[in-house]
Amino acid sequence: MANQNSPQAHATMMRSMLGRARGLGAAKSGTLHWWAQRVTALALVPLVLWFIVTTIQLSHQPRAAVLVWGANPIHAALLLGLLVAMLHHMQLGLVVVIEDYVHNARVRMLSILAIKAATASVLLAAIIAVVRLAVG
Amino acid sequence: MPDIREALMVGRGSAGTPVRRPLSPHLQVYRLPLTAKLSITHRITGVGLAVGTLVLVWWLVAAASSDPAYDRVSAFLRSPIGYLLLFGWSAALWFHFCNGIRHLGWDFGYGLELDASRRNNRIVLVATAVLTVLTWLIALAAQ
Repeated sequence: MANQNSPQAHATMMRSMLGRARGLGAAKSGTLHWWAQRVTALALVPLVLWFIVTTIQLSHQPRAAVLVWGANPIHAALLLGLLVAMLHHMQLGLVVVIEDYVHNARVRMLSILAIKAATASVLLAAIIAVVRLAVG
Repeated sequence: MPDIREALMVGRGSAGTPVRRPLSPHLQVYRLPLTAKLSITHRITGVGLAVGTLVLVWWLVAAASSDPAYDRVSAFLRSPIGYLLLFGWSAALWFHFCNGIRHLGWDFGYGLELDASRRNNRIVLVATAVLTVLTWLIALAAQ
């Protein structure tokens, strides 16, 4: 048996077998949230630049011009990419804000679920709109 | 007359001797460094942009729906409040964009030193101002 006072033995003893198998720390989750926040951020760098240029171009156009613009499949694809990345990034960020400032466990859980439901609904509405513009 | 808060600063060192412990920064009296101000601004602009995203989706849904629906969004965005909101969102978007790139740099281990951090504070603020003004100059010239 290993020396009870060695750091190795200590680390082994202080964690349950399930905890060791899951490999998760005190936050009770892995790095998925953090990683997804970064991946969506990276995707949003070019997509947001495209979005700003597009917004400026469309800002002085009537609806008819927006319909022509939206019927282009490349525009529709970029728009879908932007919306998926943006709403995912937004949901991840808002959940962190809730986790930081809402201390009551029940209210926190319900707020997070509300954020996820709202973001998912907005994303679905946006996807329908983009598809409708794309296929006329 | 000793300060009553001294009572909270009593602790013991590793040798067991009493020591005077520092208090953690009290947000009501602690002047936040610029880096900390930009950090909370990143979060505030993020929440503000979440609201802006709703308007973006409103605009898309209206464009896909009908002329009257589209006119309603246009009327709202071309009102004084609409312009004010659009200006705020454009500034928030550029700030979040610039500071977000700085965040990605931090994740790779760049810009964490004090000197670099102070320099990047300025770069983010100047870039936000320049890009926001440029965006509006181009947008208004195109009208």
